[in-house]
Amino acid sequence: MESTEIREFLEQAIGENEVMLFLKGTPEQPACGFSMRTAGALNALGVRYAALDVLPDQRIRQELSGLSGWPTIPQLFVGGELIGGCDIVMEMYENGELAERLGVEMPEDEDIEPAPTQAEMPVSNGPIPLENRLNN
Amino acid sequence: MPTTDELKQRIESALPGAQAQVEDLTGGGDHFRAEVVSDRFTGLSRIEQHQLVYGVFGEEVGAAIHALSIKTSTP
Repeated sequence: MESTEIREFLEQAIGENEVMLFLKGTPEQPACGFSMRTAGALNALGVRYAALDVLPDQRIRQELSGLSGWPTIPQLFVGGELIGGCDIVMEMYENGELAERLGVEMPEDEDIEPAPTQAEMPVSNGPIPLENRLNN
Repeated sequence: MPTTDELKQRIESALPGAQAQVEDLTGGGDHFRAEVVSDRFTGLSRIEQHQLVYGVFGEEVGAAIHALSIKTSTP
């Protein structure tokens, strides 16, 4: 797959998914603490989101940072717009801005648990497994 | 391997008047946290403020600097 195809795929993923998370690993098995906390915030709010693991191909990350202007992973997009990485998402989670932006209520228990396993996650609220078409 | 002092100085020289506090989160010289206070952040969104700090290090973030956690504020 060419780099331009990867970029087109990423642009499409960001455009078509209202809440799109790029992370290392998966929401169920994050491969990095920053990715885990960011997915954990979305899980705690019970929003549906699409997720893409950037690890299978180094070019995913290069192209993503190229189009977002953001150097690190994770990256959260809402409505096609970059919200930020772990620090910003956590800050927005804690002050309620993230819930407001996503149009959901803050959970009563504000402690963020590590990303729950799939079995614990309500089916209707679970992340949408985004087909990773970047794998050949 | 970058040091906290080096990161602090680079932020402060790239953003004149800024005050930076840099912490090595793991002691391994590759995961850092920077708290930056600068009047340059006035009127910018949080994401633009963070991009300004990331911009100081360019492609080093994600390479030699594996992770740079940022907190920005105005004086």
